Amino acid sequence: MIWKEDVECADRAALQVLQSDHLKKLIPYIYHNCPVYKQKLEDAGVSPDSVQSIDDIKRLPFTTKEDMRDHYPYGLFSAPQEQINEIHVSSGTTGNPTLVGYTRDDLALWSDVMARVLCCAGAEPDDTIQIAYGYGLFTGGLGFHYGALEMGLRIIPTSSGQTARQLKIMQDFKPRIIGCTPSYALYMAEEAKELGIDPREGNWRIGIFGAEPWSDSIRQEIEDAWNMLATDVYGLSEIIGPGVAQECQYKDGLHIFSDVFFPEIINPETGEEVAPGEDGELVITTLTKQGIPLIRYRTRDIVSITYETCRCGRTSPRISKIKGRTDDMIVVRGINVFPSQIEHVLVGIEGTQPHYQIVVDRAAHKLDQVEVLVEVEERFFSDEIKHLTELRDTIKKEIQAVLSVGVKVTLVEPKTIERSMGKSKRIVDKRTL
Amino acid sequence: MKITQISVFLENRKGRLHEVCSLLGDNGINIRALTVAETESFGVLRIVVDKSDEAVALLRENGFVANFTDVVAIEVGDRPGGLAAVLKIFATNDVNIEYMYAFVEKHSDKALLVFRFEDADFAQQVLARHSISVVTRKEIEGL
Repeated sequence: MIWKEDVECADRAALQVLQSDHLKKLIPYIYHNCPVYKQKLEDAGVSPDSVQSIDDIKRLPFTTKEDMRDHYPYGLFSAPQEQINEIHVSSGTTGNPTLVGYTRDDLALWSDVMARVLCCAGAEPDDTIQIAYGYGLFTGGLGFHYGALEMGLRIIPTSSGQTARQLKIMQDFKPRIIGCTPSYALYMAEEAKELGIDPREGNWRIGIFGAEPWSDSIRQEIEDAWNMLATDVYGLSEIIGPGVAQECQYKDGLHIFSDVFFPEIINPETGEEVAPGEDGELVITTLTKQGIPLIRYRTRDIVSITYETCRCGRTSPRISKIKGRTDDMIVVRGINVFPSQIEHVLVGIEGTQPHYQIVVDRAAHKLDQVEVLVEVEERFFSDEIKHLTELRDTIKKEIQAVLSVGVKVTLVEPKTIERSMGKSKRIVDKRTL
Repeated sequence: MKITQISVFLENRKGRLHEVCSLLGDNGINIRALTVAETESFGVLRIVVDKSDEAVALLRENGFVANFTDVVAIEVGDRPGGLAAVLKIFATNDVNIEYMYAFVEKHSDKALLVFRFEDADFAQQVLARHSISVVTRKEIEGL
């Protein structure tokens, strides 16, 4: 079924009218309620009432992750604090985390788009869903929860981890739908085999996987392992969390809910729009959000877009799976990791930054492993093993505190980390995504 | 009198110890005493050589992390209970030993041991008080 057929299947002209209406209201709202945006709009020479149609969006300034960080915590909010009902936080590139706030209407919007996601993946109203995304400050768990509530599904909120229990719940309650990260789906298949459970005999028939990039070959692996349909969900906390775009059963691009999240694909260097089918950076404007509406937010995700109507009947534009990033962010077990965060920790401990390298691997058990190699320098070398192991453990503890991901720290000899063009190569990603 | 130990950081990698030893050997530096402390991923090689300054310069030139550490070399009677007698003095005088190891060859009829003390100066006072002979830098170089 299609949750919001009137907009999801609207013809393009009608959709543009809707988008224009939203944008016409959004710009004055932001201008009068958010001093940071008022300044940005004035700097770009845009008067609030000059925005009359969705085509005017090209005249608006971009918003970046740096804007969010620079105006932390509340600078980009348009709604007053007393109207904010829920807050989520994700780790930032350095220092400040990224904070997002939802008004009651924003939560209703989130519920609506997540209900669209669930239907798009193939959920039916009498289905049971096991939500194995983390509940808490991470938007994954609660986003799925709200959508499932909206749709009236039976919800099993297992959150992430405790794999044996996840599998028992699957067997006991027979949910047809599972939501988790794709790497966790593969990990659970391995664990199931260890426990003597044949994953192909499992109950999940539809998987909604996201929060990390994954390829069609991983999709094939998951579908073969679990005998299920594996679909991709896209979202980011700055925009709403999960619920920005979702694949339908045809798995031919992710339907982006463009009546509320207006997409543009640009050349990240020039800011110019690229043609449909060409790779570029995804830029999103939240047309109806109240808490923190964002204008032309640079997601840094590289995708392409098509406006052709899908076989499923939805007219919404479709974006490709994420093909890369314009920055050096990597995603590990659903958590965003920037090398700059690790640099920050090392500088804090050592005063200056030693050469380091992040090695990400998805080894035997298919969960991502992060190893941080740190080159030993004379100024912190000691003849006593205990000082070196203490140093290693301090680095490990502090990196884990910042990233919320377990890491292994290994001290290595100087010059063993490969340099490229004088700078050492910061990330080695050995995973097959 | 303190003598100089050279400490070298080593990854647990095949052939790494061999590389250090052949580098020193090829340059005419003789290892007098040696020990390796290891963890699961790295180790620290501790050596006493005849030409310390030269050895450290050479190691650093070749990309190793190497430091000087002050240690004390002590002659101990080469007989049952010889080491225990010395250790008893340390224990009763609150001298803490970080680690210790033995020399490759003997100096006269006594065994030669290297001690890394928590406080080398204090340890030397105690040694002097108990008339335990320590080996000088010159003697090490002449070994």
